[in-house]
Amino acid sequence: MEAPMQKTVHQLSKRSTKDERLTFKQMIKSNMRSYSMVIALVLIMLLFQLLTGGILLRPLNITNLILQNSYILVLAVGMMLVIITGHIDLSVGSVAAFVGALAGILMVQHHVPVWMTVLICLVLGALIGAWQGFWVAYVKIPAFIVTLAGMLLFRGLTMVILEGQSIAPFPKTFQNISSGFLPDLFNGGSLHLFTLVVGLAISVLFIALEWRKRNSQKKYGFAVSPAPVFGIKMAVIVAVIMIFSYILATYEGIPTILVILAALIIAYSFVANRTVVGRHIYAIGGNEKAAQLSGIKTKRVTFWVFVNMGVLAALSGLIFAARLNAATPKAGNLFELDAIAACFIGGASAYGGVGTIGGAIIGGLVMGVMNNGMSLLGLGIDWQQAIKGLVLLAAVAFDIYNKNKAA
Amino acid sequence: MCAFILEMRGITKQFPGVKALDNVNLKVREGEIHALCGENGAGKSTLMKVLSGVYPYGTYDGEILFKGEVCKFKDIKQSEQLGIVIIHQELALIPYLSIAENIFLGNERAKKGVINWNETFAQTKELLQKVGLDESPHTLVGQLGVGKQQLVEIAKALSKEVKLLILDEPTAALNEDDSENLLNLLLEFKKQGLSAIIISHKLNEIAKVADSITILRDGKTIETLDMKRDEVTEDRIIRGMVGRDLTNRYPTRTPKIGEVIFEVKNWTVHHPVYPERKVIDNVHLSIRRGEIVGIAGLMGAGRTELAMSIFGRSYGKKISGEIWKNGAKIDVSDVSKAIANGIAYVTEDRKGNGLILMEDIRKNITLSRLGKISNHFVVDENKEIIESERFRNQFKIKTPSVFQKAEALSGGNQQKVVLSKWIFAEPDILILDEPTRGIDVGAKYEIYTIIHQLANAGKGILMISSELPEILGMCDRIYVMSEGRITGEVVREEATQEKLMRLMTKTAIREGV
Repeated sequence: MEAPMQKTVHQLSKRSTKDERLTFKQMIKSNMRSYSMVIALVLIMLLFQLLTGGILLRPLNITNLILQNSYILVLAVGMMLVIITGHIDLSVGSVAAFVGALAGILMVQHHVPVWMTVLICLVLGALIGAWQGFWVAYVKIPAFIVTLAGMLLFRGLTMVILEGQSIAPFPKTFQNISSGFLPDLFNGGSLHLFTLVVGLAISVLFIALEWRKRNSQKKYGFAVSPAPVFGIKMAVIVAVIMIFSYILATYEGIPTILVILAALIIAYSFVANRTVVGRHIYAIGGNEKAAQLSGIKTKRVTFWVFVNMGVLAALSGLIFAARLNAATPKAGNLFELDAIAACFIGGASAYGGVGTIGGAIIGGLVMGVMNNGMSLLGLGIDWQQAIKGLVLLAAVAFDIYNKNKAA
Repeated sequence: MCAFILEMRGITKQFPGVKALDNVNLKVREGEIHALCGENGAGKSTLMKVLSGVYPYGTYDGEILFKGEVCKFKDIKQSEQLGIVIIHQELALIPYLSIAENIFLGNERAKKGVINWNETFAQTKELLQKVGLDESPHTLVGQLGVGKQQLVEIAKALSKEVKLLILDEPTAALNEDDSENLLNLLLEFKKQGLSAIIISHKLNEIAKVADSITILRDGKTIETLDMKRDEVTEDRIIRGMVGRDLTNRYPTRTPKIGEVIFEVKNWTVHHPVYPERKVIDNVHLSIRRGEIVGIAGLMGAGRTELAMSIFGRSYGKKISGEIWKNGAKIDVSDVSKAIANGIAYVTEDRKGNGLILMEDIRKNITLSRLGKISNHFVVDENKEIIESERFRNQFKIKTPSVFQKAEALSGGNQQKVVLSKWIFAEPDILILDEPTRGIDVGAKYEIYTIIHQLANAGKGILMISSELPEILGMCDRIYVMSEGRITGEVVREEATQEKLMRLMTKTAIREGV
């Protein structure tokens, strides 16, 4: 009697390990797509780290990377939502320039306080977004056309209000938006101690949140990743956060703009993944008619996605003006294409319904690191453009190849 | 001369994780109409894709013999060259091109890349005569009804000098007249020596045209029946398809009908593009608690238009009339208000209007009432998984998990997801538009059972169907529509197919109005 019993127990345990391995394999497979761009980014960084003889990851350069790409990343966040709903916005570069110009006029020529200028500019961005959203959502003119018109319109208006001139310089507080750093509250000397403390706090918070999520999933009886996998994942992420904060700490600390960016990324990821309106945005892009027949106010949601894009374009314009310390008619030129490229490199679908905020950021960083790396190598802007074009094509081709393989 | 025009031997097709076809054999005799039957997901479409080269040689095991010769198709072009032409369930015509342009699309009458339009139109005219379609070759396909479009597809197949015509659910979207017409055409072609394979769920049609039947189940050949030699009845075919006797195609139910909960009064709707045209004309109807009310009518009678105009004015312009629920007038001026007032509309077009195919099942199920699983606009994903898992188990949706994308499911399972979605919204009135279109007998039975459960739970059901047996088998009371008006109301006991058909074809002209 005993022997067969043992056998079954043995078989059972054998089966369960097999199942576990299977889920692990499945997990890797299902995460492959979302991680493939991260892996690509890491590889590109390593490549340029080697080619530039270690300059790329130097504290000064990392800080520069963040400052240089912040305005594109801000645009990419908004653009991702636009692309998920199945639209496109070609006007963001012009809108950024227009808002930057207005900021210059208000602060430099009319001495309006910085906080009021920022507020006015963001409201203006919202109004511009509402203007374009109206035509796209309610009149049903294709976004490509509406925003192409917007691109011309706002570029033209920028030149009109600037009368072809640049306006400079801005007050110091305004410049600090994109060139300031968080102060070191602990006076760590050559090492920016506060940065390390913030890094540590973020790590702890991250682990706590992941732990809570895992426990709640367990409570509902869902399958969770095996403990060692979870542990390794946490360790890797904490290591990345700490190394990153150490690098920042050895230079000037945390740039103000990084805080703004982090807040945007967290907020928008949350909205996209976890909220009702996020679901509605994905649903509209996935199948507008089905969304409408599910009671989703498709026009209203589309309209607000464009309003949001307008606000972020305005923010991007402010950040760029602050970094340049000038409002110029040429500002924001080709920003829209960088932002759109970031989204598609980051896994968005040209047909809508697919894409993540994280993807847009990764895509933006791929572009940013390449810009930066190639500049460090002394490659001309001509070659940079050409290479970036090929990378965009390669990234999307790889994505489509992957999808076909899965189907 | 070879007795069999087509032999498929030991076809096995593997997809990641599923064996779609398992050693399937199919033999079609020269000059016969061969029906291919099976539940959705049985492998019929996959088999035809193997045959036509959509899945190229090398991606499957087994061999294909056409006219006694082994074929190794790399793509559809190669199979078409031999005269194997497939007409898919979803028509592949381009609405903005003319009939002639569509027929010769990809097969243009051209010399050195320059199209000879005279020849194109002349040949089109001949082809249209053959299929009995009285339209100018210049007419845009988008202006034709589905029935005529189907004929254009057949003309297109003829233009390719077809030897073996494959029709995938050719009558699924057609009304009775057009179906009849199409089937007669097939019989006519058969006399001229054309062989055909027809895939259909409509067993009466198969009985009418087929010479032999091959039944597939779960990717395996179950049997091949000869219509003349074997005693073939519908029940016999169903038994082969589902592997069990379906003694009753409709589950039994004792209706528990209560008071009137839903009323439509003086409902008039105009066409969205041509506002002078009345699509729905002064319709009155009522539904009682626990009652299944059917709407019968031919295609174009305005059934879907009626349903969609009630459901948040999703169709039409200049809508007038009143909707009452539980004795009070309700506002259904947009979809979210209709949902909030307890109305659900399960569309006839589950892929186009019902599902977000690229999203997973759970997100589809919860979409129409996310508020139920949200807290201050934040979706509780754990709750969502629990809720959607509940539907998956309850309705036996065949899928490994609710994280599966909707596009990966078979038609019957997709329909269960759409139903789940609307049951999740907890409506009091469910409008079901062709709830079993294009799904197999087994899944139909399950859907009927779900509908019964809903009625027994005290909900009011309005069910639109083009299949009269379904209307007769399911409904307690039937409204018949014709040309946007209700031409009759029949209770279950008095309903017969003939009676309904008479009302369905009752036109204004015949009434002498």
